[in-house]
Amino acid sequence: MQHEMIFAGFGGQGVLLIGKMIAYAGLNSGKEVSWLPSYGPEMRGGTANCTVVVADEPVGSPVVASPWAVVAMNLPSLDKFEPTVAPGGVLVINTSLINRPAVRTDVRVVNVAANEICNELGNPKGANMVTVGCFVGATEVVPVQQMEDLIRETFAAKPKLIDVNVECFRRGLEVGRAQKAV
Amino acid sequence: MARKLMKGCEAIGEAAIKANCKLFFGYPITPQNEIPEYMSRRLPQVGGTFVQAESEVAASNMLYGAAGAGERVFTSSSSPGISLMQEAVSYMAGSELPVVIVNIMRAGPGLGGILPSQADYFQSTKGGGHGDYRLLVLAPSSVQEAVDLMQDAFDLADHYRNPVMVIADGLIGQMMEPVEFKEDRQPCRSLPSKDWATTGWKGEGRPRAIVNSLFLDPNLLERHNEKLTAKYAEMARNEVRVAEYFTDEDYDLLVVAYGSVARVCLSAIRQLRAEGKRVALVRPISLFPFPTEVIERAANKAGRVLVVELSTGQMLEDVRMAVGKDFPVAFHGRTGGNLVTPDEAREKILAQLAAREASR
Repeated sequence: MQHEMIFAGFGGQGVLLIGKMIAYAGLNSGKEVSWLPSYGPEMRGGTANCTVVVADEPVGSPVVASPWAVVAMNLPSLDKFEPTVAPGGVLVINTSLINRPAVRTDVRVVNVAANEICNELGNPKGANMVTVGCFVGATEVVPVQQMEDLIRETFAAKPKLIDVNVECFRRGLEVGRAQKAV
Repeated sequence: MARKLMKGCEAIGEAAIKANCKLFFGYPITPQNEIPEYMSRRLPQVGGTFVQAESEVAASNMLYGAAGAGERVFTSSSSPGISLMQEAVSYMAGSELPVVIVNIMRAGPGLGGILPSQADYFQSTKGGGHGDYRLLVLAPSSVQEAVDLMQDAFDLADHYRNPVMVIADGLIGQMMEPVEFKEDRQPCRSLPSKDWATTGWKGEGRPRAIVNSLFLDPNLLERHNEKLTAKYAEMARNEVRVAEYFTDEDYDLLVVAYGSVARVCLSAIRQLRAEGKRVALVRPISLFPFPTEVIERAANKAGRVLVVELSTGQMLEDVRMAVGKDFPVAFHGRTGGNLVTPDEAREKILAQLAAREASR
């Protein structure tokens, strides 16, 4: 088993963080993992993405041309990575910031209004947690409990952010589970 | 100890600390800034010293001084910064100083760009500075291997009294992978006492320790060069490191690649083998000494070689030397910071397999 994923969005949306959480959750459940950020002369508001591989065997190439899943937090990311998703793969779309539907018909499309949900929960920076929750809910790529533990660890230094982010994650999880493949 | 997810650069820094290196001198440059950042945080915690020098030239000469005083010391930089250090590297080789230098290579020439590259192969292995000298050059292809090689690098430097260079690219430096630091690690080579170091004369009757590379008498300098050459020959005999994949089986094409590119090629090769294509891989880990004999043997079994690098063909020359001028050697290289993807490697391998078939 090997799952390759690309998480993409604006710099500052926290896509590197949710990729890292998936990688950690994979490692903590006994898998081999790699996390590779795009790095370049980029800044807040620019584009950011990371490639995560979770596998049973040691990871070969950390560079992936056609990933099993793409999680797009904004329109430029969808434009760039939608064509790369492997047929039969998963495409998660943050509909709050992306005003077009998916073009691909050979992949499973999962929609989540991440910014609306996190705003509603009073955590306007939590769109990434909603989105990754939705992704985990729709795919079960890593265990839910591992992710919740990681949220608690990630925000350990800012305890008042723990519960709101867990809540964002759980709401995303529900949205994802409702769109789970049958 | 449990495996932990670490960024390549940070893992390199931690490996140096585990190797009991207490000194780091450097100057910032992308894409290796996480190394000095990590060292600046960690070294004070272990009683060490971190200095951000005023330039790479200064940092590399601080290395010279600290190593001359018998301390374990390292620096890291990226291609343009490593170029600025070459004068001191030549001096350190001439003065036989054990230091470790990390180059997280970026695309050149000149300031180039900040993305991954392997275009400093010549500079690392053929003498980036002046004079007849060699560095031991090690090239990891994973974060764990970077950790292991980094710890060995300090032992090798001390054992041979020679600078050791660890070269990787931004892919290894920026990537996070699981790593494990072995608790009971032993030195990989014997560590002779540093009785040559400038640790204080104290009137104790030993000869004065002089760390120097100036020999104005031509006969003395020639003798010094002969001594160094004998040392490099010993390294060449004893320090070849290489990983072989599928070379025990039958194959029609041998791929040679190192560092990050090797694992991309390995992914493509595993997939192709599952489809019945017969391909093997040799991955040099030590670039000096180069695994010439392993490559010659493995290439002869295939009859055809494909070299893949993030350069316009540098290691390619060493592979050609290993197999001889009449042997069919193909090359695929990317530059500018572009990576080779598994699909691209697959396509190049298939083209070579087809060419081999056609030439039968």
